[in-house]
Amino acid sequence: MAFVSSGYNPDKPMENRISDIGPRKFDEFYPPVIAKNKGTWLYHEYIQTGVYYHVAKSGDKVFTVRVGGARLMSTTHIREICEIAEKHCDGYLRFTTRNNIEFMVDSEDKVKPLVQDLESRKFAGGSFKFPVGGTGAGITNIVHTQGWVHCHTPATDASGPVKATMDVLFDDFKNTRLPAKLRVSLACCLNMCGAVHCSDIAILGYHRKPPLLDHEYLDKMCEVPLAIAACPTAAIRPAKIEFEGKKVNSVAVKEDRCMFCGNCYTMCPSMPLADTEGDGIVIMAGGKVSNRISPPEFSKVVVAFIPNEAPRWPQTTATIKQIIEAYAKGANKYERLGDWATRIGWERFFEKCELEFTHHLIDDFRDPAYFTWRQTTQFKF
Amino acid sequence: MAKHETPLLDQLESGPWPSFVSDLKQQAEVRAKNEANVEFQIPQDVVEDLIGVLELSFKHGRTHWKHGGIVGVFGYGGGVIGRYCDQPEKFPGVAHFHTMRVAQPSGKFYTAEYLRQLCDLWDFRGSGVTNMHGSTGDIIFLGTTTPQLEEIFYEMTHTHNQDLGGSGSNLRTPADCIGSARCEYACYDTHALCYHLTQEYQDELHRPAFPYKFKFKFDGCPNCCVASIARADMAYIGTWRDDIPIDQEAVQAYIGGELPPNGGGFAGRDWGPFDIQKEVIDLCPTDCMWMEDNKLMIDNKECNRCMHCINVMPRALRIGEDRGLSILVGAKAPILDGAQMGSMLVPFIKAEEPYDEIKEIIEGIWDWWMEEGKNRERLGELMKRQGFQKLLEATGLKPDPRMVSEPRSNPYIFWKEEEVEGGWTRDINEFRKHHQR
Repeated sequence: MAFVSSGYNPDKPMENRISDIGPRKFDEFYPPVIAKNKGTWLYHEYIQTGVYYHVAKSGDKVFTVRVGGARLMSTTHIREICEIAEKHCDGYLRFTTRNNIEFMVDSEDKVKPLVQDLESRKFAGGSFKFPVGGTGAGITNIVHTQGWVHCHTPATDASGPVKATMDVLFDDFKNTRLPAKLRVSLACCLNMCGAVHCSDIAILGYHRKPPLLDHEYLDKMCEVPLAIAACPTAAIRPAKIEFEGKKVNSVAVKEDRCMFCGNCYTMCPSMPLADTEGDGIVIMAGGKVSNRISPPEFSKVVVAFIPNEAPRWPQTTATIKQIIEAYAKGANKYERLGDWATRIGWERFFEKCELEFTHHLIDDFRDPAYFTWRQTTQFKF
Repeated sequence: MAKHETPLLDQLESGPWPSFVSDLKQQAEVRAKNEANVEFQIPQDVVEDLIGVLELSFKHGRTHWKHGGIVGVFGYGGGVIGRYCDQPEKFPGVAHFHTMRVAQPSGKFYTAEYLRQLCDLWDFRGSGVTNMHGSTGDIIFLGTTTPQLEEIFYEMTHTHNQDLGGSGSNLRTPADCIGSARCEYACYDTHALCYHLTQEYQDELHRPAFPYKFKFKFDGCPNCCVASIARADMAYIGTWRDDIPIDQEAVQAYIGGELPPNGGGFAGRDWGPFDIQKEVIDLCPTDCMWMEDNKLMIDNKECNRCMHCINVMPRALRIGEDRGLSILVGAKAPILDGAQMGSMLVPFIKAEEPYDEIKEIIEGIWDWWMEEGKNRERLGELMKRQGFQKLLEATGLKPDPRMVSEPRSNPYIFWKEEEVEGGWTRDINEFRKHHQR
């Protein structure tokens, strides 16, 4: 493993330096049919779930095959994607916002061999490498964060619960029986790199124990004022602590004010929150980002806590399945999950989904809380 | 034989959905065999140790990654996230395991040739593990050591004409939807605007000078496929302000069942024959559609462009021709003070190069936020703290009822002195002449 230089000279970092060049320009990578017809597309239609075509003014068509993928992806897997793109698509491909891969061809006769090829490839463990689906009134890939594979603040894993959930929801990735599209997202802590707060169903990692305090190191590793300022509920104050016979500068936490957001830990590594029993999953539901029919909406907390049950999170996936089945049964065509809950009333939502309504689900965080209490005599028994 | 036993992760290899565990295992094997004779610059067994430390997290229910350290490339304040394992003796291959964010091309279109070049670089100088893509949009290179950072950056910029993305308190790598490249709903060229602004603001992207992160996202229409309205400090959402063109023949074809509603996207269930009254007209949020003499009519002035009718009947209805975009500002995830949705700031603006009007608004907002924003205060939080009026002052925009869903229900108006006749300086003695104590 001898060090191989790229040509970079650490003694003269500015020598021949190239910076601020940005990403590669998009049109370098357009397939010819896209480059030719950009801006002139007329409509699209689905051939089967995951397979659709767009028709341009010129009469040209582009056929797209969408496949799911784990966003945690090796170069070995990417090389296989490249090989498929070269075999069927003249070497072009794209990824979607929700971590799907799209292979595009310019004529219908190329679709079947491509789909067959994709569906035939499996990992050694038996799972599909490239399942075709994820379009229309069904469930597409879950967008998610890093989790235990790379992040320092997670309250749950990401890739694991996503794999477990998509296994359970796989049929709805492959078909379009739902009343409208349904978006599932996962964020492994409430920093929400994945911005799950507007998803039909959000899986959110959450801590439930206040930070541990590593008094011996806290003042050496952290800026105490920043840790104090980081707390949204002012639960942290400076404190002189007796440690091994010496007074050390540290902090004290008023534990009943802690909302477990972990913002202090972000600022101060000596205040870790992670805990086997404390950490777990919150299920939120009814959010969306589309402006279709009704305005965008935040997801609401419908299950306050489910423990982390590695490796397959069975309670989490069962709860999600339960919500989706109730929605599939009860909602009207075109009605998103949150629109359905609003129409029937959230009291009815909990009944239909067979979810327990606990005190945790009543908002008590600042002003917006009031606007979620019921200020009318209209409700359902 | 695998370096670490992984009884828990092994259970994630079964089931139909692509298994990241199987993928990591195949990667570990490819590195161990090294048939391509790569002169690995970081430990050859890095992926085995990654699997090992992940298994330990599955056992403990806790992460084993430490806080990031300050690592990066010279002259940039972002693009690299330091990461160290908290069990380095057990898993030396991932003791240093930094992330690099690689700026993705608009629309995430690639050629196989280009992706292979990135794979070659990453196999050689990193773990070969990636995210395609990270939540913000970048290609994520997951796991390398500190000495490799400058080498990777040098090769990326010199050989691949490729830059890093943003991280920290700067402009994050902007992201867009597929736009007019392959979507008939796109009201502007999201790729062109995203690329233009990304290039224009490279300094803001690489060198943190902001109070906190700042995100641009570009959605071609109100369907919002990249969720700009929920996650971007500035969301650019395509719209139009003239009429929806109607192809009455196609309307009849939908009614007659010759064309599938939603392009066939609801075909997985028998919803009965298409009913235009029930499925389109009655669901219109503004009641601006009706049938007259067997023709579909739209009172376009009343339309709020929710996209439903166009989504249902894409061959009969189209977006209008006078196209542009709306700018909504201040969206963010919950931390700290609760989630915020983007709020309407510019109802309509044309999206035409060189986008000077759009840049003026961006820079007005940044000036205000950099002046007034507290450390780690997102734009949306500053808007809440100082009020929408301050945002208007910062951008020079005129108030418009389209900016609010309703006017205020309290009269606590912060009148300014210059708005009140005669000003605020008054003489108490003059007052007392007519009003005894």
